[in-house]
Amino acid sequence: MFFTYVFRELRRRHRQALLTALGLAVGVALVVAVTAYADGVSTAQKQVLQSLYGVGTDITVSQQQKMDQSGAQRFSMQPPSQSKQGKKFDRSAVQTSPGQQSISSKRLAQIAALSGVKGVTGSIQMNVMNVAGKYAQASGGSSSQAAQPSASSSSGSSSGGSSSSQQSQTQMSPINVSQLTISGVDLGDLGLGPLSSAQISSGRQLTSSDATGKVALVTRAYAKQNSLKVGDTKKIDGTRFTIVGIVVLPSGTSSSDLYIPLKWAQKLSDNAGKVNQIYVKADSAKVISQVRSEIKQLMPKATVTTSADLASQVSGSLSSASTLADRLGTWLAGAALVAAFAVASLLTVSAVARRVREFGTLKALGWKGRRIVGQVLGESMVQGVIGAGLGVALGIVGARLIAHFSPALKATLGNAGTQGGPPGVQQAAQSVTVALTTPVSLGLIAIAVGLALAGALIAGGFGGWRASRLRPADALRRVD
Amino acid sequence: MLYELTDVTKRYRQRRKQVDALAGVDLTIDEGEFLAIQGSTGSGKTTLLQMLGAMDRPSGGRLDFEGRDLARMGERDLSDLRSHSFGFIFQGFNLIPTLTAQENVETALVPWHTPPEERRRRAAEALAGVGLADRARHIPAEMSGGEQQRVAIARALVREPRVILADEPTGNLDERTRDDIIGLLEQLWREQGQTLVVVTHDTWVASRASRRIWLDRGRLESELIGARRLTEEPVPAPEPALAAAVVV
Repeated sequence: MFFTYVFRELRRRHRQALLTALGLAVGVALVVAVTAYADGVSTAQKQVLQSLYGVGTDITVSQQQKMDQSGAQRFSMQPPSQSKQGKKFDRSAVQTSPGQQSISSKRLAQIAALSGVKGVTGSIQMNVMNVAGKYAQASGGSSSQAAQPSASSSSGSSSGGSSSSQQSQTQMSPINVSQLTISGVDLGDLGLGPLSSAQISSGRQLTSSDATGKVALVTRAYAKQNSLKVGDTKKIDGTRFTIVGIVVLPSGTSSSDLYIPLKWAQKLSDNAGKVNQIYVKADSAKVISQVRSEIKQLMPKATVTTSADLASQVSGSLSSASTLADRLGTWLAGAALVAAFAVASLLTVSAVARRVREFGTLKALGWKGRRIVGQVLGESMVQGVIGAGLGVALGIVGARLIAHFSPALKATLGNAGTQGGPPGVQQAAQSVTVALTTPVSLGLIAIAVGLALAGALIAGGFGGWRASRLRPADALRRVD
Repeated sequence: MLYELTDVTKRYRQRRKQVDALAGVDLTIDEGEFLAIQGSTGSGKTTLLQMLGAMDRPSGGRLDFEGRDLARMGERDLSDLRSHSFGFIFQGFNLIPTLTAQENVETALVPWHTPPEERRRRAAEALAGVGLADRARHIPAEMSGGEQQRVAIARALVREPRVILADEPTGNLDERTRDDIIGLLEQLWREQGQTLVVVTHDTWVASRASRRIWLDRGRLESELIGARRLTEEPVPAPEPALAAAVVV
């Protein structure tokens, strides 16, 4: 009788029942979509942090370059002899990452000896600037005069100035400038350092036996851009490296283009026995700040960064999105839920008001108040279940649409906005772009269903309470 | 004596104004009586019927049913009393529109927690008793007014109550259907010996009762007793004015 009565009643006023369920569904859908969005932003933040740390790295140590140690690459386009005029040239310049000073490898052992340190490794991060083209050729004027420079790199300067009439006689040729980022990896512990979160898409990983080999890994993006595959070679400052694997780093990772054994990176950058980035893993999360202090004492001039520091440095659209999701999203979802509950309650009370005669009759027949509350609650709960189902479905669709249409989120870490400092320091700031995902977990679905049922319970409870308070005589008198 | 009403009053508040629906009614009703309550609109007929059916409590006086004062009973006890002792028939039938005739009759057995099988059997028997066995699966909208009122009568009778309380049971029916319904109620009253209290405007309906009372502005105005007996054939009822002259 209970279920028959519930379903017949809902079928009779199916439009209103559907409206109530839809009201709850909209509230629930907003909660699902906004929570999924917030979870997505949170995941993106984790990806950003992971990209800078690598899995399992708790602390990174680097040292800023002094002002006079920094400088732009200079290339002279002046041919060494007159016979070289108009001939091709190809020059590379290797430089450790701008803004980062080399640190002696001995520091690794000192840090490893600190209490609370589980593992330490170092890497060299460097840039290779390649300039290729033809030497300038003088087509007129004094043939004994050397050709004038036809181009320079980013901050390269002219050398050997001449009169304007001489310059007008110089034939210019196009110059190709390319840049490559390389990480030298300590192959003794690949679980810590720049390759800790890497996955091999083809070929193989570097191993400890490759420590002195001329082998390299390239990222999939760089390999695609330069049509490289496993087995090909890549020339770096005169040394050819064989590509043994194509590597993929997690979405949002700020990776280098190439990964080579640390010893070769040290040799190419003229940093034998040195590194410019140290990765530290602590025994547990609790001792991270203690280890940080110890490293600071050991290396007062070093920049010691923990994951907490990085999180506070995240800025840009990712940070804005996170704030938006946390604040506006929470309020929006909360307001939608309250509105949904209010609409459901009003519609239920309105339905009860239209059924005064019915409930009065049932009470006259001896139905107890709690039985009538149960009947109204039953009807409301069915609407809640429908609302939950619709709400979860709408929420998942909404979350997918957000993920589909939202632009990639950009996070900036470090002092990107520094003005007036050395060029290297400005470049040390990193921007990472991550695609937003909006995961809808089973837990979130359970919460959404719970909210819809809670809304139905409130609406049904309120409506049922109103119905149960009716005295049969009053109820019948009101309509008779 | 089934009912004994002593100086029963009922006072409502309507728009900051007090209305005396019943103003000191003294009345007794015996078991097995067929009592008709008559009176003009607003005279307090329905209010009195609701008092008798434990749907409302008097504002003053004493209303004893089987020696228990209904004015002092709690809501739960009144609810139990309604489900065990009274059967109600309303002018507008008051059937649940979404339930079939069978299910409507079953609603009267819900407060008793009767097992579903027995509930269905008893409801089917009650419907058969009012000649609606073949309409059991129809909803009210698919039935005529007379059929709906028969379902309401089956619902009132399915619990075999001691008292049947009918409020204008033929008020929404045409003359022929009215005759059918009153004939049915009269037959059931004769066969089962229950107490039947009917509120009506219809003099012809009232004439079928064993006793008639007239209410005017909440007071018992006149009473006609003994016009008929259980075994007697129905006789035309006298006009109210004449009745008032004859009795009291």
